[in-house]
Amino acid sequence: MSAVTLEKKTKKGSFLALIGVLVVLGLTIVLENTLDPNANIIVFTALKKGAVYALVAVSMNLLNGFTGLFSLGQAGFMLLGGYAYAIFTIPSDMRESVYYLFDGSAINFSFPEFFTNLFGGGGVGGAVGMVLGVLIAIIIAGLVAAFVAWLIGLPVLKLKSDYLAIATLGFAEIIRAVFQWNNLGRITNGANALKNFPTFTNFNITNADGQIVLRLSTFACFAIAALCIWLIVLLINSSYGRAFKAIREDEIAAEAMGINLAKHKRMSFIISSFFAGVGGALLAMFMNQVQAKTFTSTMTYEILLIVVLGGIGSVSGSTIAAFLYVLCSEWWLRFLDVPAVFKSTGRYWTFIAVLAVAAVLITLLLVWRRRKGGAKKPKELWSAFLPGAVILAYDIYYLSTGSTDVPFLNSGFRMVVFSVIIMVVVLFFRRGLFGDRELPHVLRQIGAFFKRLASGGKKTAAAAAAKGKEDGANE
Amino acid sequence: MKKFLALLLALVMVFALAACGEPAGEETTPAGEETTPAGEETAPAGDMPTVKIGVFEPLTGDSGAGGKQEMLGMQYAHSLQPTVMIGDTEYAVELVPADNASDSSKAPTAASTLVSEGVSIVLGTYGSSSAIAAGPIFEQAQIPAIGVTCTNPQVTVGNEFYFRTCFIDPFQGTVLANYASEQLGATKVYTLGEAGNDYDTGVINYFTEAFEGLGGTTVADTFQTNNSDFTSYLNKAVSEGVDAILTPVSIAYSTQIMAQAKAMNLEIPILGSDTLDNNTVLEATQGSSIQLIVTTFYNEGGDPEFDANFKEWINSDPENLTNNGGNDMIAAVSVMGFDAYNVALEALKLAGSTDSVAVKDALWDVDYEGITGHITFGENGDAVRDLAYIKIADTANNTWTNGGTQTVAE
Amino acid sequence: MQFAVSILLSGISVGGQYALIAIGYTMVYGILRLINFAHGDVFMVAGLVLVYMSASMPLYISIPLMIVFIVALGFCIERVAYKPLRSAPRMSVMISAIGVSFLIQNFATYYTGGLPQTYPSLPFLSDTVTIYGTSVRWAVIITPFLVVALIVALTVLINKTKIGLAMRAAARDFETCQLMGIRINSVISFTFIIGSALAAIGSLLYFTNYQSIVPLSGAMPGLKAFVAAVFGGIGSIPGAVIGAFIIGICENIVKGTSLSIFSDAFTFVLLIVILVVKPTGLFGEKATDKV
Repeated sequence: MSAVTLEKKTKKGSFLALIGVLVVLGLTIVLENTLDPNANIIVFTALKKGAVYALVAVSMNLLNGFTGLFSLGQAGFMLLGGYAYAIFTIPSDMRESVYYLFDGSAINFSFPEFFTNLFGGGGVGGAVGMVLGVLIAIIIAGLVAAFVAWLIGLPVLKLKSDYLAIATLGFAEIIRAVFQWNNLGRITNGANALKNFPTFTNFNITNADGQIVLRLSTFACFAIAALCIWLIVLLINSSYGRAFKAIREDEIAAEAMGINLAKHKRMSFIISSFFAGVGGALLAMFMNQVQAKTFTSTMTYEILLIVVLGGIGSVSGSTIAAFLYVLCSEWWLRFLDVPAVFKSTGRYWTFIAVLAVAAVLITLLLVWRRRKGGAKKPKELWSAFLPGAVILAYDIYYLSTGSTDVPFLNSGFRMVVFSVIIMVVVLFFRRGLFGDRELPHVLRQIGAFFKRLASGGKKTAAAAAAKGKEDGANE
Repeated sequence: MKKFLALLLALVMVFALAACGEPAGEETTPAGEETTPAGEETAPAGDMPTVKIGVFEPLTGDSGAGGKQEMLGMQYAHSLQPTVMIGDTEYAVELVPADNASDSSKAPTAASTLVSEGVSIVLGTYGSSSAIAAGPIFEQAQIPAIGVTCTNPQVTVGNEFYFRTCFIDPFQGTVLANYASEQLGATKVYTLGEAGNDYDTGVINYFTEAFEGLGGTTVADTFQTNNSDFTSYLNKAVSEGVDAILTPVSIAYSTQIMAQAKAMNLEIPILGSDTLDNNTVLEATQGSSIQLIVTTFYNEGGDPEFDANFKEWINSDPENLTNNGGNDMIAAVSVMGFDAYNVALEALKLAGSTDSVAVKDALWDVDYEGITGHITFGENGDAVRDLAYIKIADTANNTWTNGGTQTVAE
Repeated sequence: MQFAVSILLSGISVGGQYALIAIGYTMVYGILRLINFAHGDVFMVAGLVLVYMSASMPLYISIPLMIVFIVALGFCIERVAYKPLRSAPRMSVMISAIGVSFLIQNFATYYTGGLPQTYPSLPFLSDTVTIYGTSVRWAVIITPFLVVALIVALTVLINKTKIGLAMRAAARDFETCQLMGIRINSVISFTFIIGSALAAIGSLLYFTNYQSIVPLSGAMPGLKAFVAAVFGGIGSIPGAVIGAFIIGICENIVKGTSLSIFSDAFTFVLLIVILVVKPTGLFGEKATDKV
């Protein structure tokens, strides 16, 4: 495949991606305004968290996947971002009640308030001022995180792999302790939560009576996250991005090619932290409050797992994995926490449907893998029957005991099932969802797979060979 | 060819099983009789319409133990009163639990699942920070929530949909300070809280304020999350020569503190807040010389008939027993959960509909004589309460002894 | 005086317990270059298993059984989660370790129902004794001696036996070692077995002292033990032990001051400082791949 067609393909791919993102953004507006807001609130809450996690995961991927620096400090930078956002946006008349243990705040400045007053208080001007203030505060949140990253980057980035990981993990713990320190209470509110700052719901447009006319909360969250991810993609595709990848592949060779290692590493670290800070600000908006004890190392591990599930070195992989992770762990698998799952028929069918989809997906995936590998491994096919076996076991249990309560299901079981899924992915699908490829490429591969399936699989060998070439050309 | 076979087999299997499972699904709705063994949550038979009450509690994580006990109270109340008359129709009540995992980043989604399930009112949560995180979700969806034991003042301030049946930190801190000064005659108190935990810091702050107002001094200290070595802290208290130690920390930490205090033969009285009123904490003090004094919402023995029935219910199911910490002692949070459920039913009755906004408006008029005392909602939607119960750990018999009540002395 | 003695005593005992965990980290890291994040959780499981076993069995049966179970657990974790990834990049293995840790914690949460479990009191170890007006458990006093005894035994094992020779060879050069006909998988399994057994013994001492077990009980001690291993020079057993004692004592001194909120943070500051100043740790061998 020649370089010209490849470039064309990449361009076509990014154009399609842009269209796709715009369609998704449009959909968020349409759906949020047409669906019943109460019955579907879980959809939008989960999607918002998914978008926030997508941004943070992509920022971590920039560092871990594209530059090859193994950092575990993400939660620390998110904390900085979240706090910076909250401190600069709480309206001054709320400060007294938020900082109630410290008799008010040391910083009495709120960007949204400032711009709202600047644009003449209420009405359209006020709304514009609020949005502008929030956006500036979000940027400041990123800058604060980036500044601290610059500071600690000086000593820490000299370390390699595991040592860098453990040092950044330690750094996040230090930050958390500092923000919980009561002596800084007039700024950080000590152990107490900061709240009452503008959140995504403030983006909903209301009329004079306070009735919501147009819901834009999910759109706002998606738009900010998408913009940031787009910026990261631009960076990755620039000459800096190529330098990052060169460092990941081979530091010595990269240095020999004239890449300034220290400069590029620090740059990647600072930019990644900037977007982690922005992600922290968005998470604060999502949580309606910000408190240091939320940003634990468990949160960093969660994000790392998302990066791995999506594929280290794939932006679209991280994004999609973030949504899947949040939707599964906080919504779809929630039924596993309650013994009496099957109280209503609807839930019973959900259970069946989830397992059926899982069975079909696993089968497809295995068939696909087998094709790619060429070797026949009929043993693997058995794992496709696992979901079926689960249902069978349940049916036997039901027939023998007559109880609709499912054994084992109890609070906490959801997370056990979830971590088993993660282990399976880590062990058997080591490259994650997308490997280091991006969505358009994967879609093409899937398309090719179905085409071959339809044509009876006669040309398997030829197609596989052609695909191999294509892969080579793209890498 | 094998792949098609596999695909086909998987599909056939799933759908065949789904088909044979279908009757199970249909039978479950009117299943009343056959599910009763486990069944406090099962909806009663008949074509009764249902009203859903959300249970927003931490069932895992740091506060898992407390959340489970609180939920036990609600489940018991539900087993006693599984239906409610709203207007002229009898509704079956369904409890819909959602686990917020004691984590404020997971609380909004947990709260959203409840809203999506179409609950009319929400009970919970144990732990104020999850309540603060979920508050705006309930407010936006216009569904009232009744905080059962979240004592941070910030939960209800500025949120007209969040109510609360318990007393709040300023009250509890002051009560503890009064007790320390009046009953223990203390002049110097060591306070130990978890860093970054708003509950601990809140209680300690109000305690310090009140205690210093009474002429005492305090030595403040904090430990980090996941710390499990408390001997240094306790030794520090000993070396400071304090008259009492205040540790309003979560159950997991207080168990460890008690265990280590026991190992040290600590003789300084330990003051605790409502979180320490828990059986696992009590058990850790057994066979020691620890004086543990806690303020709480209810003392066992306050209503003997209720106590006896509740114990019987706990003992009827091993799972309840486990969730209660292994024995049948009655935790105050369970009783609070019991009362909160009944307050919710009361509000539903008064509202005469399952519409959540009507229920919210009705909550202001609720006047309920609960097991833990008289409940009405005052300023900010906080319950009007003016006294706390005092419990003292009996380290020989594994029970709590009644230490009377304590009010805010002016 | 009394205060100083109490701080020092708890520092030494905490240090000793960290040391027993740190040995597991440092040996595994020496051979596989893997931070076994699940090690701290294995330690927690050791505590939980004894709680459940002692409920139905006398202690003289349940303690050996618990150690056997934990050894088997360590062995299985290595075989299931790390062995298939031997040729994969180091990051994949580390992520697998984080995954295992996640799984163990979630399973413990599910199994215990999130309720803190009270550790059974062990004869002798749980009894208290008074030193300079500070009353402590025997476990605290025994810890340093037991640690030293175990270290001596371990050093003999590593320096005098064939498997010890193989372990040293594997730590020096993994690939060459395979070429020399050493069965590398059994060496690695053996390393995990020793590490797990020490963690199980450590859990006896640790939980006798602290009594209460929650699913996250292993996370912090685990992390700090790793810091201790790095501090002392990773791969070096005496280094890990001395590092653990230093960290245990420093941590307790910080807890004794008014800045106690920074006791964990202090450990990490110490780590960052030592990594920047002397990346190989106190006793680490010079290795090029660390900096």
